[in-house]
Amino acid sequence: MNAPALLFLRRLFRRKLVLLAALVLLAIVVVALAAPWVSPFDPGAMRVVRRLRPPSAEHWLGTDELGRDVLSRIIYGARASLGIGFSVVLASCLTGTLFGILAGYDRRLDGPIMRVVDALMALPDILLAIFLVAVLGASAGNVVLALAIVYTPRVVRVVRASTLVVRELPFVEAARALGVGTPRILTVHILLNVASPILIQATFIFAYAVLAEAGLSFLGAGVPPEIPTWGTMIASGQQYADRAFWTVLYPGLAIVLSALSLQILGDGLRDMLDPKLRKAL
Amino acid sequence: MIRRPTGSRNDASESGSPMWTSLARRLGGLLVVLFLVATMVFFLTRLAPGDPAAIMLGDQASPEDVARLRATFGLDRPLLVQFALWLKEIATGNFGRSIFLQQPVTTVLWDRAEPTFFLALFSVAIAALVGVPAGIVSAVWRGRAVDQVVSGLALLAANVPSFWLGLILIQFFAVRLGWFPVAGYGAPGASLGERLEHLVLPSLVLGIVNSALITRFTRASMLDVLSNDYVRTARSKGLPESRVVLRHAFGTALVPIVTVLGLTVALLIGGAIVTETVFGLPGIGNLVVSAVLRRDYPVIQGALVMVAGLYVLINLAVDLIYRLVDPRVTA
Repeated sequence: MNAPALLFLRRLFRRKLVLLAALVLLAIVVVALAAPWVSPFDPGAMRVVRRLRPPSAEHWLGTDELGRDVLSRIIYGARASLGIGFSVVLASCLTGTLFGILAGYDRRLDGPIMRVVDALMALPDILLAIFLVAVLGASAGNVVLALAIVYTPRVVRVVRASTLVVRELPFVEAARALGVGTPRILTVHILLNVASPILIQATFIFAYAVLAEAGLSFLGAGVPPEIPTWGTMIASGQQYADRAFWTVLYPGLAIVLSALSLQILGDGLRDMLDPKLRKAL
Repeated sequence: MIRRPTGSRNDASESGSPMWTSLARRLGGLLVVLFLVATMVFFLTRLAPGDPAAIMLGDQASPEDVARLRATFGLDRPLLVQFALWLKEIATGNFGRSIFLQQPVTTVLWDRAEPTFFLALFSVAIAALVGVPAGIVSAVWRGRAVDQVVSGLALLAANVPSFWLGLILIQFFAVRLGWFPVAGYGAPGASLGERLEHLVLPSLVLGIVNSALITRFTRASMLDVLSNDYVRTARSKGLPESRVVLRHAFGTALVPIVTVLGLTVALLIGGAIVTETVFGLPGIGNLVVSAVLRRDYPVIQGALVMVAGLYVLINLAVDLIYRLVDPRVTA
């Protein structure tokens, strides 16, 4: 690994909590990727005779209403939940960065873009998301699309604000004076300098998206119930909550653990990359 | 040729203009935002698969029946005509009739407003009662153990899914201990006391989740204010620390805190969907979920436009209060 990257990581992980959060996330991602090898059972294998068994040596986190192993479903659920979250981050950051830079750099586009952003932000996240999923149809891909539309405005706002600052800096003016064209100024000079706020937002959006996907799946307006995600697991477990609370408890803990780790990592990145905030925190 | 962006666009045009001009500008912007929300909601709803008339009449309906019902609701006319007619109607406050409930949309929304309104109010009250003192304590003893505990709890609360917390509280306080009802809003005709009893657990859930934001925000505002010169002056005058913190610092930090509280109420009016569903509360969120599942276009459109309208109005009101309290704010 090259020296700047090492320095970056060393500074980021100076706080032990941030390091812990990163390790927890890494562990969850590795387990999710290695699901077929580490999962003790087939997540879809139903054994009705073993339904709603409490946690035991064989089924560490118990079984659900169809006798499926809860731990295995949580492991496979991580694939869907984190996969959806990551796709949302990718889509919203790419779109948001594009529109944010355009709005911040070109004042003719600023008004129209920001009005649309205001309109999207006038609706609560989950209300907009459930409406979009209803319109698009419930599937994993459409959940990603809907949540990407919900979170893009946040990225646009952050990137626009940074662009407004960066484009007035002397080095941008110098580049312009040297005859550097607008596309190159936008992609090289401005994009590189608004990368930190985008990275910070990306981490937070990841956390929000994991929570929102769970909420949508729980409402039945998300991923179809046969695909194990942490949200669908809680949704199907809730009927049996008074007899088999583990079917609700453990998938929820997985959500909390992932979202919390992402949030801590985001806070860590922000503290490190934003010197103005470092003072206050 | 390179287009040279001109200076910072925020100051020159807006600052120093009289309050009425900027108020008019804000109202204009508000109407544009609402128009965009209405446009988006209308056309996206029409893109959705599924014909409400066909869904309503069921599988047995003949094509003629479906066509007749479509005509009754005006669904057979060109899209732009439907849109223009709808805009004209909502401008006069008429959101049409619910296809399934056979009642005006405004009536349907109004009937569902009470639990949602109380839920938003109580949740924010709990969030403020927990979050504001926690944030102040955390800021005053910044970096100490108490700050770390408070900040840690706030971080945790912000990342707990509300429906999961709801299920845990139901399990513990309603099923095991029997202190509160499990779900619903009381039988029809239940007294106000009974209805409010049903709101205790859901308010607690949203109160806890939102207290995280309030705590973090109060802490940041207080830290910001406490570093000001006049706070040092107050201290150097020999005023007791409690007075410096509560009167001088908190007095200033209160304005942005109240802003956030106001916006939280606004967001909870349409954003408590999941919690309303867990607790079976017949609120606006619940109404939207069922309207979405039944493709009840007028209700979906009406609810979304009303929620957005309420949000931008509360936003504007909060802004105006901000301006009255703090004369330096002009943007």
